[in-house]
This record gives sequence, structure tokens and C-alpha cells, in this order.
Amino acid sequence: MAEFFIQSWGLPTPLAYVVAALIHCVLIVHVVAVGAVFFILMERKVSGRIQDRLGPTRVGGRFGWMQGLADGIKLICKEDFVPRDADAMLFRLAPYISFAASYAAFLALPFSDGWSAQWVNTGVFFILAVLGLEVFGVILAGYASGSKWSLFGAMREAAQVVSYEVPIGMCVVVPVMICGTLDLHTIANQQAGWFTNWLIFHDPATFILFWVYFTCALASVNRAPFDLAEAESELVAGFHTEYSGIRWSIFFMAEYGSMFLVSGLAALLFFGGWHGPIPIFDLVGWPVYQQADTGFTLLGYIAALAGCVNFLIKGVIGVTVMIWVRWTLPRLRIDQVITTCLKYCVPIAAVCFIGAMFWTIYDIPFINDLAPHRGRTRAEVREGRQIRINNATGGLDNSDAREDGEVASRGVEGGEG
Amino acid sequence: MMLAAIEWHSVFFMFFALVACCFAAAVLFTNNIVRMAFYLTICLGSVAALFILAGAEFVGAMQLMIYVGGTLVLLIFGVMLTAQERFVSMATPPGEWVIAVIVGGALMALLLPVAFGVEDWSSPNEQRSELTLQDTESTAALGFALAGNRVDKLSEDNPTLRKGMSGYLLPFVIVSVHLLVVLIGAGYMARTRRRVDAQGS
Repeated sequence: MAEFFIQSWGLPTPLAYVVAALIHCVLIVHVVAVGAVFFILMERKVSGRIQDRLGPTRVGGRFGWMQGLADGIKLICKEDFVPRDADAMLFRLAPYISFAASYAAFLALPFSDGWSAQWVNTGVFFILAVLGLEVFGVILAGYASGSKWSLFGAMREAAQVVSYEVPIGMCVVVPVMICGTLDLHTIANQQAGWFTNWLIFHDPATFILFWVYFTCALASVNRAPFDLAEAESELVAGFHTEYSGIRWSIFFMAEYGSMFLVSGLAALLFFGGWHGPIPIFDLVGWPVYQQADTGFTLLGYIAALAGCVNFLIKGVIGVTVMIWVRWTLPRLRIDQVITTCLKYCVPIAAVCFIGAMFWTIYDIPFINDLAPHRGRTRAEVREGRQIRINNATGGLDNSDAREDGEVASRGVEGGEG
Repeated sequence: MMLAAIEWHSVFFMFFALVACCFAAAVLFTNNIVRMAFYLTICLGSVAALFILAGAEFVGAMQLMIYVGGTLVLLIFGVMLTAQERFVSMATPPGEWVIAVIVGGALMALLLPVAFGVEDWSSPNEQRSELTLQDTESTAALGFALAGNRVDKLSEDNPTLRKGMSGYLLPFVIVSVHLLVVLIGAGYMARTRRRVDAQGS
């Protein structure tokens, strides 16, 4: 984007970079902050419907949407309170650490083809690494509050997150293995075409694996039924017992931000990212926007925008399912949480990893190879890569082998929006 | 224009380097053990930022995941489980300061000549903007080598020699199995000790 400002508007280089960075930052802040307002309202409405209530209706607007604004104003106006026994500096800082971790992960998340704040080559890994830091703010909050409830909440959170990083890593490794890259753009672009080409339909193992991923994602963002860190019935409110007003709401922005983040990651890894279930743009021959293109084309931009909408819809569906799960299932005990992780999620993920590996190696046909699709077979978009690697090891020199990854990603460009 | 004259890459490098150094010093000078862990996180996070700034995103993310994420969560976990009133605030006695200064000073005396001894590092690399892509993609060769394909040695003509270059798969697996054995052993030892305690009490 900085290049665009330099070339089209003639801004000086440093200023162009600052403007581009600000635009990215403000957009992502809006995803996190406005997203939180939207998701909290949605959570209240959905939970209302699940419990046969109406949810918030009094404040006004259609579906009571102004409740979100009213909540926001209320939270800003509340007293900023620090308990006497608290470690004041850490207490004040903790919400920002949580928020910063959740926010920083969005930097590498692509919203459409080429639409990410920073194109990180190892995007999956970066997001997982940064997402793991969110627990740090929670632990600090629990310790710094100087309250037993908070400390218990934080300890539970630490135990939970440390154990769930293992299965979530194993789940994420499988799409990475199938696609042969850590770049989220390439992973999503390799799923272009009909919905049968999405990685969740790649083989039965990935289908099971998605549900394991979803369970672990629920646990890693600290949502019910894994919300032990804030169990209302036992710990008052867990790690944020002593928080009120804007600092409390920053914790919740971080939580809802991470919820959208893990849903978005699921969409990218298993559900084709910004590629819709039906390749409409591909079918009508619409020119698709590529960041590599130097020129700005309106049609391509519309296609990319549609991809962004696709991606957001998938993310919101993921968050909706999380809300649905929260109001349906009872909370687990801490020993049940650890049992679920170590005795179920890890072995299932490991077996699915091996299953997906064999499926890939022996090139067994699945839904995508049997369904009617438009000239883009599974072998062509993904497993073709293996053939190229074999060719490369057959006698190409180093520089050609390096370009291999590029060829693989170039082979699947031109997907629909 | 003045803005354009500034080497922004160096500015950010200096900034994160300064943050890392300041918080490393803060770890030493604070007495509260949880704050120490917090400062250490910021210090290690800044080091990760330096890696990312140098174009090594993978190493930066690795730094975040292993050091900042894993180790510090465990550290805080351990600290909070073990920290009683006596240990939460710990003042370092002067004798330990002396030993620490000697050990740290010796290491620094060793590292400084090394850092300033490399000629390539004494002046900024003018061509770094053209280096970025090539550098980040070199991890692919490493990944292939870990999986058993030494793509960097394909130019070797002798077929017998090429067969010997089977990558790092075997040592990698040996190390992982070794670690697994250590893990199981640690778990086993922790379990037996607890049983003895239960009988004693």
C-alpha cells in the first residue's frame, strides 16, 4: 500500500509508510473493537434465543442494536478502580498485554487475497506464537489483582493454555503439511475452486481434525465450556474479578478478537479462506485482483472485496458456533479439561496426522476427485507439488529447488473471489 | 528532505535494541519476582522484534513461541506456585552481585570483540533491500533437509556421495526419541516421589 501512495499521490517515502501503517492499524482496531461490540450483542441475542428469551430489546434500534453503544458508554464512564492489595503497575498493564497479543496476531491474518497488514511468510506459525501470549496478560491480571479469586482463575488458565498448545499445534500442522507452506495466502489459494476442494474435505482425517481444532481453539481462547478461568459460579469472575470499566472491556475486546482470530484461522486452514463454496468469479471469468499486479483494477478489487466478505462471513459463523456451544454445554472441571486435552485431543490429532499423511502420500481419491468440478483436480493444485519436489531432487540445482514453492503457489492463482 | 535522510531501519533497530537492553537491566534491578518475569517477557519480545526486523520472521516467531510464550508461562506458573512471602520480594546480597558482575563481565568481554571483530557488521549493508526474499526462503532448504532431502547438495555429481547426504532426519528422530524418554522418565520419577510422600504423611 505504501508503494501506491508513493506512486499515485507522490507522498515522500517515510510519510507514505506511516500513512499505510496507520490505515492498516485503524482497520484492524476496528475489526477487534467494533467486532467485540457486534459479537457481544450477538452473544446476548443468541443466548436469549437459546434460553427462550428475547435478549436485549429495550435500548432501541432494530434487534436492540443500540444496546452495544449503551454498554460501551457505560463502560467508559465507570470508575477506573485499583484494589488496595493490587500491584498497581501490573494491574493497569495487564489488559493492554492481552489486547496487544490478540491485536498483533491480526497483523498476519489475510482477509482476502493479498489483503493482510503484513505479508508474513510463516503466517500460521506467527499467529500461533502471538496468540499464545494472550494468556500472559490474563496471568498477570490474576496475580496483580491481589485477590484469591483472580489468582485461582489465572492458575487454571495457565494450566489450560499450556496443555492445549500441544493439540492445537498438531491440528495446524496437518493443513501445513498438505499444502507444503506456512504462508496463509498460499494455503488459502490452494483451496480455490468448489467447496469440495477445501481442506476439510481433503480426506476423512482432516474432517475429524477440524473438530479437534475447534475444541482446542475454544479452550485456547478461554470460552465455555473451557472458561474455568472466569467460572462465575465458583470464582466470582475469575481473573477479571477486580476489573471494571474500560480495562474490563479491553479484556473482552481481546477475548472476542481472539475468538474471531481462531475462527478466521479455521476458515483459512480448513474452509478455503476467502474462496466461496461456489467459484462464481471463476465461472464468469471475472479478473481476480492480485497484489502482485501493479495496476489497480476496479473489477479485481470488487472480486477481492467479495473474498473479504466471504472470509468475514466464515469467521462470524465460527464465532456464532462458539456462542452456541457456550450456551449449550455445561462447564468442565479442571481435571476434565486436562483429560479432554491429553487423553482425547492429542491422540486423535496424532492419529489424524498420520491418516492425512498416508492419504496424501498414496493420493487416495476423496470427495473432490469424485465431484464434478471445473478442471482443477486435487492432484493438480496440491499434490502436484510432491511431483515437483521429486523432480527437484532428481537433479535440479539449489536455485531451482527454491523456486519450487513459488511455482506451486503460482499454479493455483486465479481462484474466484 | 530530512525525513527521507533518516535510516528508518536503523531507527527501529535501535529502538527495539534499546527496549531489550533497558528491560534486561530492569530484570536485574527490580526486587519483585513477578515483575522480573514481566520485564523478561518484554526483553525477549523485543529480541523477537529484532529478528523480524532483520527479515527472519520464522526465527522471530520461534523466539516468541518458545521463549516468550512457553518458557515464561511456565516460569510464571512455577513462580506463582513456589513464591511464598519470603521469595516474592528478593533483594540480592552484595556478594552475589560481585559474582554476577564477574561472570557477566567475562562473558561480555568475550562477546564484544566478536561483535566488533566481524568486518561485514561494521557498516550497514547497502543492498539489504534486495536481499529480503532470498533470505527468507532459505528456510525451505532447511525444512527439506530435516525431511531427508539435501536440496543444497544436489550439485554433487558423485552418486555414491549423494546417497550419503540423507539429510538430518535420523539425528532429528534420535534427539526427539531421547527427549521423549527424558519426559517419560521425569513423569515417572515425579509420580514415585509423590507416592512416598503420601505414605510418609
